[in-house]
Amino acid sequence: MDERKNIKTTLTLVSLVLLAGILYWGQNNLSTFQIRILNLAAIFVILGVSMNLVIGFTGMFSLGHSGFMCIGAYTAAILTMSPESKELIYFMEPIVPFLAHVEWPIFAAVIMAALISALFGFLIGFPALRLRDDYLAIATLGFAEIIRIIVTNTITITNGSLGLKNIPSIKSMWVYWGCAILIIIILKRIINSSWGYAFKAVRDNEIAAEAMGINVFHAKLLSFTIGSAIAGIAGALMGFLITSIDPTMFRFLFTYQILLIVVLGGMGSLTGSVIAGVFITIIMEWLRVVEQDMNVFGLLTIPGLPGMRMVIFSIGLLMIILFYRQGIMGTREFNWDWLLDKLKIRRGSKRGVSL
Amino acid sequence: MSNVLHTDNITMQFGGLKAVSDLSLEINQGGIIGLIGPNGAGKTTVFNMITGVYTPTSGKVIFNDQDITGLKPDRITALGIARTFQNIRLFQTMTVMENVMISKHVRLKANLAEAVLGLPRYSRARLKQYDECMELLHKVQLDDVVNEQATSLPYGKQRRLEIVRALATQPSLLLLDEPAAGMNPNESQELMQFIARIRDEFNITVLMIEHHMEVVMGICERIYVLDYGVTLAEGTPAEIQNNEKVIAAYLGAVKKDA
Repeated sequence: MDERKNIKTTLTLVSLVLLAGILYWGQNNLSTFQIRILNLAAIFVILGVSMNLVIGFTGMFSLGHSGFMCIGAYTAAILTMSPESKELIYFMEPIVPFLAHVEWPIFAAVIMAALISALFGFLIGFPALRLRDDYLAIATLGFAEIIRIIVTNTITITNGSLGLKNIPSIKSMWVYWGCAILIIIILKRIINSSWGYAFKAVRDNEIAAEAMGINVFHAKLLSFTIGSAIAGIAGALMGFLITSIDPTMFRFLFTYQILLIVVLGGMGSLTGSVIAGVFITIIMEWLRVVEQDMNVFGLLTIPGLPGMRMVIFSIGLLMIILFYRQGIMGTREFNWDWLLDKLKIRRGSKRGVSL
Repeated sequence: MSNVLHTDNITMQFGGLKAVSDLSLEINQGGIIGLIGPNGAGKTTVFNMITGVYTPTSGKVIFNDQDITGLKPDRITALGIARTFQNIRLFQTMTVMENVMISKHVRLKANLAEAVLGLPRYSRARLKQYDECMELLHKVQLDDVVNEQATSLPYGKQRRLEIVRALATQPSLLLLDEPAAGMNPNESQELMQFIARIRDEFNITVLMIEHHMEVVMGICERIYVLDYGVTLAEGTPAEIQNNEKVIAAYLGAVKKDA
């Protein structure tokens, strides 16, 4: 077993180095547009895995993700914008004095965004997680809308519907993909820990989980809070990527887009969310072609319709739900064991559980 | 012999229906106690009240001199009462080992941060739990299927796995809800020996609901008979077998002069 463990550790390190190499190459050789798309993909990967923790691994059908993202985005943006640009942007009503002069480093602001989102996740989860299934979905959807509406109306803090501009811009792929990889590693460790199994037990059979000594409510609240914190980080990164945010960005339609990633990738598979996150972001951009005027063999011209790609997307989602319900990965994960088995490398004693 | 569990006139009322009324059980240390009665007599409701799934409408549940009435199920499990279910409730996406390890979560003395960082206190504690589970599975001859999907096991093994999973929480009182349901006489005989063996080996008390009379009469030291939520009789198997009220409840009343 040790031999195999060493091989796996080596493979993991090699692939991380390889990934770093790709990032380095990409940073220097890809166009600004391509880098931007890939960074957006990283954000969607983060959103996908965090929502998968809540929906796929803990079995809570929560649709509040855009709300927590909104909180994260605003927290990070307000904390990092320079005092001058705040003075410039808040022209309807000036910003509250205690926020007017803060200018935190980006790293600290992202941590703060995670903490504030986690706090809101905790506060909302506390009453909402007593509900189940569709009722939970409705309640969390409602809470996300409440957050958005509060953000729209607290003008002295968030500048209301005018949104925020001049948020410090980050273009480096290292930041976005670094965050994504770190978050995936942390989530993987959580899921393989005793707590991760507790989440899955709650998903599989709540009554049995309770009878085996798991505090179901604590497990749900923990998972929900972690999910919210990560959504907050994704929101913060989103702000740094597009440098301007406004409340309409965080409508519930956005949550559905993340849900699509989770369902397409497979509920209960981090690997699936990563694949689907990258895939959907890239397809989403590529599909912009269908919104332009199209010329079919020079015979006729189809006029471009804005929103056409959403039609194609919806059809895609329907197809998945009808014919491919378990998604790309189902509940499977990519692991080296699978690869090593294919290569017929001797397998040591297997444990039947990850410790 | 000391008293492990006693219920003090517990009553469970669902709207206008009294599922269990004024039930007083006395369960002594180390015994195997049977809870029998026709369908709908309220047996499972009694289990649900003891394990905290329902809070009794009135009355008290005392476990090891501690009032556990109205505590949440996970608290009660932590205090030392474990149960199985009438319809098997295994964690279907997990392996046999994972199913058993779930029961150890409540005893884990480490926090999530330690787990994520992979600190030694967590990995040591978890490895120790793994060894305990392996030993437990070995004792019940399930150690050859630890990597199998729990729901892919044959029915009898699933039943046994459910009992092992309950044992893994380190209970002092084990509640079995129809462990022999759906088993043939041979299998239920084996199961009975198994239950007697774990009682001795783990030094626990067993309270079980069962319909197979040969099973109940063969193994239980004391039997409570419920009918329509009321205690009909209690006593040793021999006393129960000769109790007219019990016979009437099961077979219908026989007129004396007929």
